[in-house]
Amino acid sequence: MKWSEFFVTGEPLIYAADVAIVLTMVGIVFVLTYFKKWKWIWNEWLTTVDHKKIGVMYIICAVLMLFRGGVDALLMRAQLTAPNMNFLDAQHYNEIFTTHGTIMILFMAMPFIIGLMNIVVPLQIGARDVAFPYLNALSFWLFFFGAMLFNISFVIGGSPDAGWTAYFPLAGNEFSPGVGNNYYAVSLQISGIGTLMTGINFLVTILKMRAPGMTLMRMPMFTWTILITCVLIVFAFPVLTVALALMTFDRLFDTQFFTMANGGMSMLWANLFWIWGHPEVYIVILPAFGIFSEIVSTFAQKRLFGYKAMVYSIVGIAFLSFIVWVHHFFTMGAGPEVNSVFSITTMAVAIPTGVKIFNWLFTLRKGKIRFTTAMLWSLAFIPNFVIGGVTGVMLAMAAADYQYHNSYFLIAHFHYVLIAGVVFACFAGLHYWYPKMFGHMLNERLGKWTFWLFMIGFNVCFFPMYFLGLMGMTRRMYTYSDGLGWTPLNVVATVGAVLMGIGFIVLCYNIYYSARYGERDMTGDPWNGRTLEWATASPPVHYNFPVTPIVDDLDAYWVMKKKQGGFQVKEEELKPIHMPSNSGRPFWISVAFFVAGFGLVFKWFALAIAGALFIVLGLILRSFENDDGYHIGVDEIKRTERAARKGA
Amino acid sequence: MVGADEGGYTVMKRAIWRALSVLPLLFLLSGCVERTAVLNPQGPVARTQYDLIMWSIGFMLLIIVVVFTLFTVVLIRYREKPENADYEPPDEEGNTLLEIVWTAIPVLIVAALAVPTVKATFAFEKPPTDKVKPITIHVTAANWKWIFSYPEENIETVNYVHIPAGVPVRFKLTSVGPMNSFWVPELGGQKYAMDGMETELILQADKPGSYMGRSANFSGEKFTHMEFEVVAQKGDDFKQWVNEVKQTAPKLNENKYAKILEPGLVGRMTFSNTHLEWIDHAKQNSHHVERKSAGNHGNPDHDMAKDSHHHGE
Amino acid sequence: MGEAVHRYDETMPLEYRTEENRLNILGFWIFLGAEVVLFATLFATYLVLFQRTGSGPTAQELFQVKDVLIETLLLLTSSFTCGLAIFEMRRGRLAGLLAWLLVTLLLGIGFITFEVREFIHYVHEGATMQTSAFLSSFFVLVGTHGAHVSLGIGWMIFIIIQLLQRGLTVKTARKVFIVSLYWHFLDVVWIFIFTLVYLLGMVV
Repeated sequence: MKWSEFFVTGEPLIYAADVAIVLTMVGIVFVLTYFKKWKWIWNEWLTTVDHKKIGVMYIICAVLMLFRGGVDALLMRAQLTAPNMNFLDAQHYNEIFTTHGTIMILFMAMPFIIGLMNIVVPLQIGARDVAFPYLNALSFWLFFFGAMLFNISFVIGGSPDAGWTAYFPLAGNEFSPGVGNNYYAVSLQISGIGTLMTGINFLVTILKMRAPGMTLMRMPMFTWTILITCVLIVFAFPVLTVALALMTFDRLFDTQFFTMANGGMSMLWANLFWIWGHPEVYIVILPAFGIFSEIVSTFAQKRLFGYKAMVYSIVGIAFLSFIVWVHHFFTMGAGPEVNSVFSITTMAVAIPTGVKIFNWLFTLRKGKIRFTTAMLWSLAFIPNFVIGGVTGVMLAMAAADYQYHNSYFLIAHFHYVLIAGVVFACFAGLHYWYPKMFGHMLNERLGKWTFWLFMIGFNVCFFPMYFLGLMGMTRRMYTYSDGLGWTPLNVVATVGAVLMGIGFIVLCYNIYYSARYGERDMTGDPWNGRTLEWATASPPVHYNFPVTPIVDDLDAYWVMKKKQGGFQVKEEELKPIHMPSNSGRPFWISVAFFVAGFGLVFKWFALAIAGALFIVLGLILRSFENDDGYHIGVDEIKRTERAARKGA
Repeated sequence: MVGADEGGYTVMKRAIWRALSVLPLLFLLSGCVERTAVLNPQGPVARTQYDLIMWSIGFMLLIIVVVFTLFTVVLIRYREKPENADYEPPDEEGNTLLEIVWTAIPVLIVAALAVPTVKATFAFEKPPTDKVKPITIHVTAANWKWIFSYPEENIETVNYVHIPAGVPVRFKLTSVGPMNSFWVPELGGQKYAMDGMETELILQADKPGSYMGRSANFSGEKFTHMEFEVVAQKGDDFKQWVNEVKQTAPKLNENKYAKILEPGLVGRMTFSNTHLEWIDHAKQNSHHVERKSAGNHGNPDHDMAKDSHHHGE
Repeated sequence: MGEAVHRYDETMPLEYRTEENRLNILGFWIFLGAEVVLFATLFATYLVLFQRTGSGPTAQELFQVKDVLIETLLLLTSSFTCGLAIFEMRRGRLAGLLAWLLVTLLLGIGFITFEVREFIHYVHEGATMQTSAFLSSFFVLVGTHGAHVSLGIGWMIFIIIQLLQRGLTVKTARKVFIVSLYWHFLDVVWIFIFTLVYLLGMVV
C-alpha cells in the first residue's frame, strides 16, 4: 500500500481535520506534562475500576461523539440546503451519512446510556460497585478503542461509505474495495464485545447485589429498564458479533456469505443486521423511558403512576422487539403473509408504549410540577415522542410502508423517536444526575436556553422531513434537482439543524461555566429525590454507602426521609469495606485490541496476530493475578463520612 | 434545596408561546408542501395507499389531540405555584380500570389499522383489475441506471419506460449489483431489485402522463442519479411507440450490453431486442465470477465490465 | 463488593462458598446464554446457506463419516471425564481432579487433531471457505466451535498449573467449575453440529 492511499488526501476538510487531530494530541500531551498530571490521569482515570468514574468517562466520550456526529449532520444539511449544491461530492456525502448513523447509534447513544447506567444503577440499588468492576473497566476501554478505531478512518485509509446498515452486496469487496468497511466491521466488533460484557455485568449486578429489602418490584424504574436492556443486550449482541464476523470473513478472506456469486445471499445480511438492529433501538430507548420515569416522578413530587403496568410494558416491548425486524424491509418481497404478521407485531409495540405515555401523564396529574431543565426535557419528550410513535405505527402498515420506505418520512420518524426519546433522555439525565457526578449543578438558565434552542430546532429540522418524504425525497441522496418543490422545506430543515447546533454549543458552554461558577451541591439531594442515589454525598465517596441501606418500599430514599429524616448511619455499625484494586490491564488489553483491529483493517496479519497474542497474554496474567483488593478501615470511613456530610 | 425552579407562570407563558409559534410554522409548511409524489396518486395502487395513509393519519391525529390536550391541561393545572405551596401530592399506585382503558383503546386502533393494511398487502400481489390482461416488463437495476426489457414486444429501454395507461404492468425486478429499490411514488409503493433473484411489483397508471421514478435504496456513489421516467400512453399510442422502436432502434449485443453495465451514468437508450436473449440476472448466481483455484483468495478488484464476459455461462 | 464477598458459607460446595464466586458463576451462566445465541445465529446461517453450493461440492459429496464419528466419540467422552473431575473436586481430592482434567485435556486435543485433519482433507479436495456459501458457513460454524475447544484447552492448561501451584482453594475450585461449564456447553453445541450439519448433510 502506498502512503498516499494510507492517508486520506485531497480534501481541505480532511487536512483541517488532520491539523486539528495533531494539535489536540500535542495539546493534551503538553497540558498533562506542564501540570504534571500524567500520574494523576493514570492512577485516577485510566486504571480506575470505580463505576462512577467509568460512567463519567463514557459520558465524556459520548459528548465528543455527539459533536462529531453532529458536525456530520450539519455538513449534510449544508449540502442539502439548496438544489444542485457542490459543497460535498457524492463520495464524501456517502461517507458522512454512514459515519453519522454509525456514530450516533453506537458511539453516542450507547455510551451515553451506558455511562448514566454506570453512575446511577449501583447507587440506586444500594451497592458498592458493579458485580465485576475489572470487567467494567475492560468494557469501557474496548468501547473507547473501538470508537477510536472507527474515527481514525476519517484520516487514515478512508471512511466506510455503504450506510450504517452496510447492506450487501454494496458493502462487499466488489463494490467497496477500500478499507472503509473493514473499519466498520472491526471497530463495531471491538466495541460490541465491550457492550456484551456490560450487559452481563449489570444483569448480575441488578439480580444479585440489591440492598436488603429491595425486591424486584421495589426497584427504581430506571434500574428496571436497565435490567431489561441488559437482557436485550445479551440476546441481541451475539447476533451482531456473528454478522460482523461473517462480514469480516467476506471482506478479508473472500468467503461467500453475502456475495453475488457461488451461493452467497445478500438478504441474509439484512436479516442478521436487523435481528440485532431492532432490539438495539430498544436497548437505547428503554433506559430513556427509565430516565423519564425517574425525573417525571421526582419533579411531579409524586410516586410513579402504575408502576406495575410500567414494568409489564417494558417487558412487553422487549419481547416484541425480537419479532418485528422484518418491518425494516417490507419491500424485500417476503410475501404478503410474512409482511402482514410483522406489520401487526410492529403495530402491537404501540400498545405497551401507549400505556407508558398515559402512566406518565397520570403521574403528572395531581402532582406539583417543578419546571427544572431536566423536567423540561422529560416533558418535551411526551408530545415529541408521540409524534414519532404514531408515525411509527403508520410505517408499520406494510402496504403503506411501500410508499414511506427509505424516504425522508422514515428519516423524520426515526429521528423523532431517537432524538425525542434517547437524546432528550440523555440531556435530561445529564442535568438531573450532574450534581451526583461532579458535585455541582449545571446552570439552570443556560440549561433552559439549550433546551428551547435544541427542542425548537429539532422540530424545525425534522418535521418538514415528513412532508419531504411524501413528496418523494429519498434518504441518502447527496443532492436533488431544482423544480421538484423540495427546496423550501430543505431550507427550513437546515435552519432547524443550525438551531440544534447552537443549542449544543450552549450546553458545552454550560459545562464550562458551571464547573467554574456553578452552585455546589452540599446536600447530596438537590432535587428532593426519591431513590437511593440521593442518599449519598455529591459526588459519592468511592465506596458509595458507608453501610448497606435497608429498603422497605418503592422510592426507598423518599420513605427514609419521611420515616427517619434521611439515611441514618450509626458510626458503631460501620465495618471495614472491601474494595477492588485498580488495574492498568483493561487499558492495555484494549490497546492490543486496537492494534489487532488496525492490523485486520489493513490486512497486515502479522500486526493482527501480534495484537491478539498481547490480548491472550493479558487474559493469562489476569488469571494468575492474586489480588483480592483492599479494605478500608472503620476509622477512615468515619473521617470520610464526616467530611462528606458536612453540608447535610 | 437548590432554587432551580423559576416561577411556573413564566414557564407556562413560554410554553403557550411555543405552541403559538408552531402555528405560523404550520402555515409555512402548508405553503411549502406540494401535492406531488405520494400525495398525488395517479393509479389504483397509489390510490389505495393514499387512502390507507389518510385513514391512518386520521387515527393518529386523534391520538395526538387526546395526548396533547391531556398534557397541556395537566401542565397548567398541576404546576407548582405560590398558591399550592402547602399542597402535598397524593401517592397513587395506579388505577386498574384506567389502565385497562388505555390498553384497550390502542388495541382497537391497531385493529382498525391492521385490517385494511392486511387486505391491501394481499391485494397488491394481484393486478388491480382482471378485465385487462397485464403486460410484463423486466426491470434490471445496474450501477447506476435502470434497464427495461419488454419480453413480449422484444424491445429494451434504458432510464425510461413506456407503459399503456389503464393496463396493469407486472414489473419483474432484478439487479446486476447492489440492491436498489424501484419506486414510482405517483403510481404506487416500491420494491427491492436484488441480484440473483426476482421480485414482482404490479403498478397501473390511470391516464396518460409522465411520472418520476427513482431508486429508493442506496446503491453507491451515483445512486442519487438513478432516476427514470415512466411515460403512460393510450393503448394505441403505446402500440405505435413499440412499432416505431422495433423499426428504428438499433440492436443490442453482448459487448454493447457489457458497456452499459459498466459503473457510471448513461443517458436514455432504446433497442429493438432485449438482453434476456443471453442472460437473465434474476437466476441465482447468474452473476457468476469464475472460480479461482483453491486457496487463491481471488482478486477483489474485478469490475463489472470483466464479469459481464462471464454472463451466460 | 463489600463485606458480603468474604462471607464464607461452609454448607455449600467449595466453588459456591463466597459471594464473589456465586457472582462469577452466575455471570458465566449468562455468558453461556449469549454463546447460545451466537451459535444459534451461526446454525441459522448454515441452514439458510447449506444448499447454496454454487459450483462447489455438496455436503453429501464431501463429509467424512469416519473422522466425524471419532471426533464425536472423543468430545463426548471428554465431557464425561470432565464431569468426573468435578466429582473428584467435590470430594476434595486434588489428585483425582488433576488426573481427570488431564484426561479431558488429552481427549480435547485428540478432538482438535482429528478436526484439523478433517479440514485439511476438505481443502485438499478443493473445498475451501472461498468455494461456496455452503462451505463458508460450514467452516465458520464448525471452525468457531473448534476455536472454542482450542481456547478451552489453553484455559484448562493454565487452570491445571494454578491447581498445582495453589492447591484446591475456593478460588481455584470456582475456576475449575467454570471451565467445566464451558466444556459441557461445547459438548452440547457439538451434538447440534453432529445432527444439523453432518447427519443432515448426509441425508439431504
